[in-house]
Amino acid sequence: MVHIHPQTKSAAVNPLKSSQPLGAALAFLGVDGAIPLFHGSQGCTSFALVLCVRHFKETVPLQTTAMDELATVMGGEGHLEEAILNLKKRANPKLIGICTTALAETRSEDFERQIANIKMMRAEELAGTEIALANTPDFDGALEEGWAKAVTAMIQRITRRGQQARHSRKATIIERITKPGEQPHKRKKVAILPGWHLTVADIEHLREMVESFGLKPVILPDVSGSLDGTVPDRWMPTTYGGTSVEDIHELGTAVQCIGVGEHMRRPAELLQKLTGVPYAVFQSLTGLKNVDRFVSLLSEISGVVAPPKIHRCRAQLQDALLDGHFHFAGKKIAIAAEPDQLYQLATFFTGLGAEIISAVTTTGASKILEKVPAESIQIGDLGDFEDLASDADLVVTHSHGRQVAERLGIPLLRVGFPVFDRLGSQHKLTVLYQGTRDLIFEAANVFQANQRMPSPEIVDGLRKRRNAG
Amino acid sequence: MSSLAAKIQDAFVEPACEKNRRKDASTRKKGCSKPPTPGAAAGGCAFDGAKVVLQPITDVAHLVHAPLACEGNSWDNRGTASSGPMLWRTSFTTDLTELDIMMGQSERRLFHALRQIKEAYAPPAIFVYATCVTALIGDDIQAVCKRAAEKFGLPVVPINAPGFVGSKNLGNKLAGEALLDHVIGTVEPDDAGPYDINILGEFNLSGEFWLVKPLLDRLGIRVRACIPGDARYRDVASSHRARAAMLVCSTALINLARKMEERWQIPFFEGSFYGITATSEALRRIAELLVKKGADTEILDRTDKLIAEEEAIAWKRLEAYRPRLKGKRVLINSGGVKSWSLVHALMEIGMEIVGTSVKKSTVEDKERIKQVLKEEHHMFESIAPRDLYAMLSEHKADIMLSGGRTQFIALKAKTPWLDINQERHHPYAGYDGMVELVRQIDLAIHNPVWSDVREPAPWEDDPAVEEQLSSPHTHIEL
Repeated sequence: MVHIHPQTKSAAVNPLKSSQPLGAALAFLGVDGAIPLFHGSQGCTSFALVLCVRHFKETVPLQTTAMDELATVMGGEGHLEEAILNLKKRANPKLIGICTTALAETRSEDFERQIANIKMMRAEELAGTEIALANTPDFDGALEEGWAKAVTAMIQRITRRGQQARHSRKATIIERITKPGEQPHKRKKVAILPGWHLTVADIEHLREMVESFGLKPVILPDVSGSLDGTVPDRWMPTTYGGTSVEDIHELGTAVQCIGVGEHMRRPAELLQKLTGVPYAVFQSLTGLKNVDRFVSLLSEISGVVAPPKIHRCRAQLQDALLDGHFHFAGKKIAIAAEPDQLYQLATFFTGLGAEIISAVTTTGASKILEKVPAESIQIGDLGDFEDLASDADLVVTHSHGRQVAERLGIPLLRVGFPVFDRLGSQHKLTVLYQGTRDLIFEAANVFQANQRMPSPEIVDGLRKRRNAG
Repeated sequence: MSSLAAKIQDAFVEPACEKNRRKDASTRKKGCSKPPTPGAAAGGCAFDGAKVVLQPITDVAHLVHAPLACEGNSWDNRGTASSGPMLWRTSFTTDLTELDIMMGQSERRLFHALRQIKEAYAPPAIFVYATCVTALIGDDIQAVCKRAAEKFGLPVVPINAPGFVGSKNLGNKLAGEALLDHVIGTVEPDDAGPYDINILGEFNLSGEFWLVKPLLDRLGIRVRACIPGDARYRDVASSHRARAAMLVCSTALINLARKMEERWQIPFFEGSFYGITATSEALRRIAELLVKKGADTEILDRTDKLIAEEEAIAWKRLEAYRPRLKGKRVLINSGGVKSWSLVHALMEIGMEIVGTSVKKSTVEDKERIKQVLKEEHHMFESIAPRDLYAMLSEHKADIMLSGGRTQFIALKAKTPWLDINQERHHPYAGYDGMVELVRQIDLAIHNPVWSDVREPAPWEDDPAVEEQLSSPHTHIEL
């Protein structure tokens, strides 16, 4: 049973967290034609924007209501309205995703009502633009919660009610007589709600896998279209690519919803409540057995056996497990990550015979923490991580861990957000058979690169025995 | 809050600011920066500005009193360099939770945080930054700092620049005020000398001040304090004993320079280390000010001799780039540098300036730029991203020099780009820095990737192939 230690320090040292509104913004960025709007002071947006640009190496549309002293004291509704109207006028987005910040939330205004008012009073001007609200004060949660709240808000606001109940019988009959590949427009639809920790490559790969069963995946949010590092041929003030608002609207016509990561349970539950679409949550899609269950589910939904490509990928993973396990066995791993990513990585490493000697995470609220294969988990920061990781063979966290790794002299595997000092983090695969295979190779290569040639001192058995005794 | 309001007014009416000098009393009071437009704003807040100015002080623990985002989303993101202590790169924040805020426990948390830092790191001083939320709930950080300083026996400096009070630039100035109120003049040096100077507003980005310092060393000039780049707390605290000062980034710390002149009779001038003529001019003015304050006049000759030597070397090295860069069109889109000096050096080796921002340039600089540029419309205050993209994608410039915020506009328009702002990786100050800048421009413009990325795929829009593809039964031979 894992023991979870709460944070007891007064000053966080080298924060592990990125803020909750930033997590919500990332989710809104996975929608086509969207602009996330931070409700707070200018700096809240500026810091988040710079961090996103450093991570994605892209222009990122992110705006602010620019609350000033007056708005802070008297209330920010005027600024909210002005910002929404300005965005509409300048960029005509399909979606404005509002992420409240600590400043706005400390005043605790009724934003839901304010937005309803603005939409009513300005109905004509705002026609064609959806507005979703995520309540994401910085003093609570982190990326994971922010992302989940934004997805929940979009489903709540945009998705049409009662869809599946109405359509299910007819849909099933049509699809039973349809073979995959023949009539793609009649493919069964699967709604996929990926967690924030899935990369662009992960999402592309997920899509291909689902499609290979003759199913039509609708992915929300879909950063693979919007933050995948392409060169558009014109200036775009909003996101270009991602889930279409229309697809969010029709999410209820899916036959099945699949959430990836425990934090996607809430939006999946809401979708079921509103539309009747049944859901399954995969707490991790990394590791052979997890992927096996996923493939079985796709096979079951589609009524199609897994195509040969998938057999081949699985065999490659088996081989990677065989080749790789030598390098992992007995290794001591330290991980600092948000709860779902901590679970994903900890189970991955222990699945190859390594041991998690220290686990640090951002918040204690997630149920997944109880299942993390570690003796204890510290809710904390990279300062705690540095204290706990000194005996590790490998430290695993985001780019801010570089100082820890440097001081401890331990190699760093960069994961999650932000990764600002390496290129291509969004094109790294971490899920399904192929992603697991790639992760094995990446970590094993780090181990091998840091292996020291044997010398009398290193090998010295007597000394080791003394030290152990 | 009332004292903060007074400070802000004070910053707005700063008499040494030449923009202010041209305004009447009522427009002065409004301040320079227009209030940001909701939904169409860019740039940081006052807290951001204050932290930018103070954080490069390397041995101080910088504690941000706020919920997570203020520090958690922004730490370790600037390229200033330290020659010793690394504590400035360790991030400290009270990371307030909902409970702290709702139950009014944030002041107590701050106090405990100060104890924790004192015990674990024993820094020479701790700076405490107020932010929006802690200002809104009325935390009295001034009082907490005072009590902690007494209790723990070290300077604890309140930095009162919450984000909502205004722009980044205002925050820069409020940071200067905090240094004046709490730090400068608190330590008496035992080694003050006639050749001591302060450099204000130099951030030592990519260690570039180390390209300039050896020149000063050769002249026997000692940098008492470079604020903030690579500074130590003691240097700043004893900087009031310098004989003269150079103000590098004038819009950030002009109030600091003027008030140090007022209080401690340290004369200052505004200058820049970007560009050859600017560097020479700066060295000359430093020597002149020192002489005025009683240094031996022979330093003037030595300075002239050094300048002549260094300029000759630099121009000779730059000459090598002339054939490669002659006629290339440069767009300078940054408020961060004194563009005049840059414009001058680039034109000197035959490059053409197709535009330069003059947002932070002095009136004098603007005049000089106006004279050398063929058309006046090449000067602009700022360009909207959309227009910038259009301009670049029509290939109206061969390279853009700017900061990170517009980086991807240039790159997406498939235009060479060079970072000349705070996140850059190369030192550009002084004579050697200018040569490095030109070298980087050359490398950027002549990189082989441009021909790759600008060409469309040969198989796209090829009617022959398209025709064949549209009839699925044709056998295609390529």
